[in-house]
Amino acid sequence: MVQITSPAFKRNAAEALDNAGLQKALGKAKGAFLQRRAAAVAALPEFEALRDIGRDIKNHTLANLDHYLEVYAANVERNGGVVHWCSTADEARAAVLEICRKAGARTVTKGKSMISEEIGVNDHLEAHGITPVETDLGEYIIQLRHEHPSHIIAPAFHLNREDWEADFRRAHTDLDPNRVFHERRDILTEARTRLRQKFLAADVGITGANFLIAETGSSVIVTNEGNGDLTQTLPRVHIALASIEKMVPTLEDATSLLRLLARSATGQDFSVYTTFSSGVRRQGDLDGPEEYHVVLIDNGRSNMIGTEFQEMLRCIRCAACMNHCPVYGAVGGHAYGWVYPGPMGSVLTPSLVGVDKAGHLPNASTFCGKCESVCPVKIPLPKLMRHWREREFERHLTPAGIRSNLGIWAWFAKRPSAYRLATRAAMGALSLLGRGKGAFRSLPLAGGWTEGRDLPAPEPGGTFMQRYAKTRGAGR
Amino acid sequence: MSKDAILGAIRRGLKRGPLPADQRAMLDGRLATHPRHLIPARSRLPRPEQVALFIRNVEKEFGTVERIPDLAGVPAAIADYLAAQNLPARLVMAPHPELEGIDWSARPMLVREARAARDGDLVSLQHAWAGVAETGTLFFPSDPVRPATLNLLPDTEIVLLRASRIVGAYEEAWDRLRAERQDPLSGGFMPRNLMLVTGPSRSADIEQTLELGAHGPRRLHILLVEDEKAPRMASPEQARAEAVSQPGGPAAPGD
Repeated sequence: MVQITSPAFKRNAAEALDNAGLQKALGKAKGAFLQRRAAAVAALPEFEALRDIGRDIKNHTLANLDHYLEVYAANVERNGGVVHWCSTADEARAAVLEICRKAGARTVTKGKSMISEEIGVNDHLEAHGITPVETDLGEYIIQLRHEHPSHIIAPAFHLNREDWEADFRRAHTDLDPNRVFHERRDILTEARTRLRQKFLAADVGITGANFLIAETGSSVIVTNEGNGDLTQTLPRVHIALASIEKMVPTLEDATSLLRLLARSATGQDFSVYTTFSSGVRRQGDLDGPEEYHVVLIDNGRSNMIGTEFQEMLRCIRCAACMNHCPVYGAVGGHAYGWVYPGPMGSVLTPSLVGVDKAGHLPNASTFCGKCESVCPVKIPLPKLMRHWREREFERHLTPAGIRSNLGIWAWFAKRPSAYRLATRAAMGALSLLGRGKGAFRSLPLAGGWTEGRDLPAPEPGGTFMQRYAKTRGAGR
Repeated sequence: MSKDAILGAIRRGLKRGPLPADQRAMLDGRLATHPRHLIPARSRLPRPEQVALFIRNVEKEFGTVERIPDLAGVPAAIADYLAAQNLPARLVMAPHPELEGIDWSARPMLVREARAARDGDLVSLQHAWAGVAETGTLFFPSDPVRPATLNLLPDTEIVLLRASRIVGAYEEAWDRLRAERQDPLSGGFMPRNLMLVTGPSRSADIEQTLELGAHGPRRLHILLVEDEKAPRMASPEQARAEAVSQPGGPAAPGD
């Protein structure tokens, strides 16, 4: 599994804020996703109604997930495929390795898959002498850099054009070191040429799945580059990695979710390639794989069913929540320290790796609510982050300082007259001290808070409650 | 076994055992009837406007469309397109009877090979099974006469599409697929591979800036054969009324 650095979120975030290259990349990219999504949503009057439908389809599926999984698996077998049920990441890695070994594989091409990151397929294959090659353009450079994706649909979100050029010069040593990349297209063309040979040479192709369809036993991938299709069409063996919550009952259900997915993700009406894979090459077919395997992965999801976090299993991985998140926009994806960044990661990561390791993540939120308002399947992300904060508190994982301060605050909050007395005294003192200055640059006991911002000095005239009482009196 | 462990954990979470027979029958009924959900109104148009919407959406996604009156016009259209793009007059073609039945003698210099695509093929001629006006999307079910590699390996993909095969929404294409196809292996209707293609390949992975031609075709050119008679409907109002009354309108979502 991917090394987890979520416990060091605060240090990660501080480093991210100081990283000039990252800040440049984030600044450049920030507006693009937002504007494109807004335009696509504005062009479809039914979008809001479709969000309700998407939520209901996923809820219906989760409430009957056992049945749909069984129907799905039976249909995969009817299509000549094999389903490998895997409870854990270990089992899933072992299943993938076993299939590759039986196929005598030396190189394996890969389409973009977040579950593959989650279970750590690449390291496992490499450790056993099989070379995995990432073929999504963003994933390709991430692999060259020995990094992990910083965004679930734009893996190289944190990189600038100069990074691409430098890494390609470093990695493609057979090419003229003094070649010039006039435009971004030249970078793209170099990757296309290089990866074309990898597609043709691969023995096994591994893709993820955006949806599994019970009705037809199909796995669905959604891409713009076409790399996922080359990955699953050219080699003799296709492996689809999918977690259990990708299930939907019918083509009509998948269609409604597809109308939401691309618009929420990239702001396209529909992605370039939406491909339904159903089993092995048929008699007379001139291309396509001869073996089709689905590695069906639980890895902690079934434990979320029946809890307040079940709603998170509706997620279709569009990334709208992180694209609209002020925290993600400030620190990027790597600071979150595991596979899934942004608001969806802040809810999912504690569910999958434990709140003891990922407790910082649900706290890294301004609770502005934007994530929930753009989620295509209406996951109440702020509410779920709050549930994690409560669990963290209940389990005494919250740091002692915060606990004791919360205790003090709670004592006052339960005693309104004491609370008013204390705030009146504090506001009076601050207003007196701040007269003429307008704001405090630092305050005793609140150095952490004033480090990044100033506290405006209260205006004379009393606390809110005092003014409220006065205004109400005057209004009568 | 992991299968039992996963199903058991799901049932524990749902606080129930395996579903009783009547509930299973209800879910299987939902699978068999596959109810439609809300279908966006944008594609419910009188016929000529539906075709025009398809073309607009293809062009919006950087594809190109040329309307030709009949199949006899295909060789000239292809030869002229290739010449205009400075491409050699050579293509790899789907071994589809409709393409093979074309009289190619008008353009004897156009070299054609009917087979799956290989590395180095510059241009393919593919046969589209259907088009969806809602987003300008082409449907390519894989089968012996429609190899999937033709959609992937060549730099330029030329597609033959009959106007009569354009439908409004995806749901109409699903119903046609269910009605028209039978898979030799599963007995169902789904082919091994079904590609829904909307425009040429692209990537925005470098600084979130769109570039065409990532791994698949850089160009997608559609030859639209006008095989429909004059508009079926007298007026747009009439057409809309008919579209709304067609079976399979909006249904209740989920359960």
